[in-house]
Amino acid sequence: MSKFQKPAWLDNGLVRWVDHRLPVFSFMSHELYEYPTPRNLNYWWNFGSLAGIVLVIMIVTGITLAMHYTPSTALAFDSVERIMRDVNYGWLIRYIHMNGASMFFIVIYIHIFRGLYFGSYKAPREILWMLGVVILLLMMATAFMGYVLPWGQMSFWGATVITNLFSAIPWGIGDWIVTLLWGGFAVDNPTLNRFFSLHYLLPFVIVGVVVLHIWALHVHGSNNPIGIDTKGEQDVLPFHPYYTVKDMFGLGVFLIVFALFIFFAPNYMGHPDNYIPANALSTPAHIVPEWYFLPFYAILRAVPDNFIGGWTTEWLGFIIFEAKLAGVLAMFGAIAVLFVLPWLDRSPVRSSRFRPMYKWFFWIFAIDCVVLGYMGALPAEGIYIVIGRIATVYYFAHFLVVLPLLAKVEKTRELPKSISEPVLGGGGIAAGAAAKPMEKA
Amino acid sequence: MNAIRTLLAAACVALLATPVVAAGGGKEAPARQWAHSGLFGTFDRAALRRGARVYMEVCSACHGLRLVAYRNLMEIGFSENEVKKISAEKEVPAEPNDDGEVELRPALPADKFVSPFNNENAARAANGGAYPPDLSLIVKARPGGADYLHALLTGYKDEAPAGVTVPEGMNYNEYFAGNMIAMAAPLSEEAVEYADGTKATVEQMSEDVSVFLAWAAEPELEERKRMGIKVILFLLVLTGLLYVVKRRIWADVH
Repeated sequence: MSKFQKPAWLDNGLVRWVDHRLPVFSFMSHELYEYPTPRNLNYWWNFGSLAGIVLVIMIVTGITLAMHYTPSTALAFDSVERIMRDVNYGWLIRYIHMNGASMFFIVIYIHIFRGLYFGSYKAPREILWMLGVVILLLMMATAFMGYVLPWGQMSFWGATVITNLFSAIPWGIGDWIVTLLWGGFAVDNPTLNRFFSLHYLLPFVIVGVVVLHIWALHVHGSNNPIGIDTKGEQDVLPFHPYYTVKDMFGLGVFLIVFALFIFFAPNYMGHPDNYIPANALSTPAHIVPEWYFLPFYAILRAVPDNFIGGWTTEWLGFIIFEAKLAGVLAMFGAIAVLFVLPWLDRSPVRSSRFRPMYKWFFWIFAIDCVVLGYMGALPAEGIYIVIGRIATVYYFAHFLVVLPLLAKVEKTRELPKSISEPVLGGGGIAAGAAAKPMEKA
Repeated sequence: MNAIRTLLAAACVALLATPVVAAGGGKEAPARQWAHSGLFGTFDRAALRRGARVYMEVCSACHGLRLVAYRNLMEIGFSENEVKKISAEKEVPAEPNDDGEVELRPALPADKFVSPFNNENAARAANGGAYPPDLSLIVKARPGGADYLHALLTGYKDEAPAGVTVPEGMNYNEYFAGNMIAMAAPLSEEAVEYADGTKATVEQMSEDVSVFLAWAAEPELEERKRMGIKVILFLLVLTGLLYVVKRRIWADVH
């Protein structure tokens, strides 16, 4: 157990006194210090801890902004501008928060696609994966409500379009939900107030689910690029200092990209219309959601008007489906399908490195998502509608047809015997044991 | 090297995920190089002063600047006395007096720019039904920003293209969405007299007021870029050091 030493600070008298009564210190040591991590993680594994750091940045800047923001339709827009102009470094805090939302989604999407590529959702990590999908859903709700708060044109009209989606739910339930979301009969002051309240609440719910996510992660440990289980000490490294320093380096690179946006292109990822105060009497020419919702927006709009309406009314008699409902179901289905992904992909091999066919379909799927994003940004007319529909069908086909079939037909490559074998070029155990514990600086 | 390639790939993914803003109706404004463009850009001080004059003597007849305070002019080189003189030309409602009546008082430097109309209805009534938007954020609120503003102000055509009829009370502008704009060409040669002797051509005034309104929309721009340079330099050094540390710590593993 040479390289998995306990940290020296656990021997401190006070630490031992506390630890004997409430073992927070040995918990931290166990989960963040000695925690055995596969030795072969590549830089795609940085995005998990990065997401956690961005969440903290968002909460800290968000709490600060809330000290200066006024959730009232009459004052919200001007209070944001007061932050930008008169609050000390208000522009900095707001631009961090505003761009932070986009960076959060970039990090999370990379994190998700990493999971898809290396099969991180497979047994025994299904619940870990599903908790991740819950976090994604919560993030989407939080980001949507946050975008409403500045009460610009896109805030208002985005809120109107998205909340109206729920009215598609039949039997009067939809209208009831919409009235509840609005706090009245239109998007107005009560809507803004409850969105502000929920926007403040949900990040803490996310923190809670993140704790569960990490808990589930630490039961079986991280997956790794070759996707086979760790078989012993030669396959793993203590989290500190190896992965703490690797994560710190990754954080540095991330912060450079983040800072470039904040300081030199702070409005690049936003929409100019949101610097026009909300006006219920003037609809923008194109209502476009934030970029991170575009693929889902494209799926929403892809469903033709008479897609289900025609036949289900005859089939099910009393159930009246509308095209809008079908679109909404497709959009939520795009997320729901992720929940059951571990049971759709039954291939026993996790990593794409040993799945020659899946590797191709992974990239086709990734391109499909980018195409959907572009279609979501373009006006729904002409050829864009057709492309949007094809891309939508493929999105679902990837999960519902391609993945189950691949598990049956794909001939996977032979897996290495252990992680240390390919990493150490066959040298195996001896070289692994030679890894010395790092001395603490 | 493999690590760096991976990170480059990550950066590419980030850049690919750019927003696609749907274009409006008019021609796209040509991109210009402003003094405040680029990593080290700062506002052209002389242009700001001239642009402020254009706004106050021409634009402010119809357009407000309600998010900017008179005192803010001191940030771009106006003296306190100049600002006091400018603000005192306008009146704002005072606190109720001892009899409970609200009288008007001269505006102070701490007041925001007084808008030309009391409300939207008054503005529309005076402008043939059209609403002249407030200009505080106009540069941030239009795709193309200052480029668009300058293109719009110089984009009026006396003659609409063949086959296009311009309705009564409208004007043809190449860059405006849909090409029909209620605002008549606001700038004419020598519309203002510049204190610094610059010849007030339409092109010149349009450029100056675009710079002024770019500042009005982003008064933090210079501080933001200055801080950005320092932050990026710091992060580059820090990240470089972290990379070296990472290499050393991992040296015994690879």
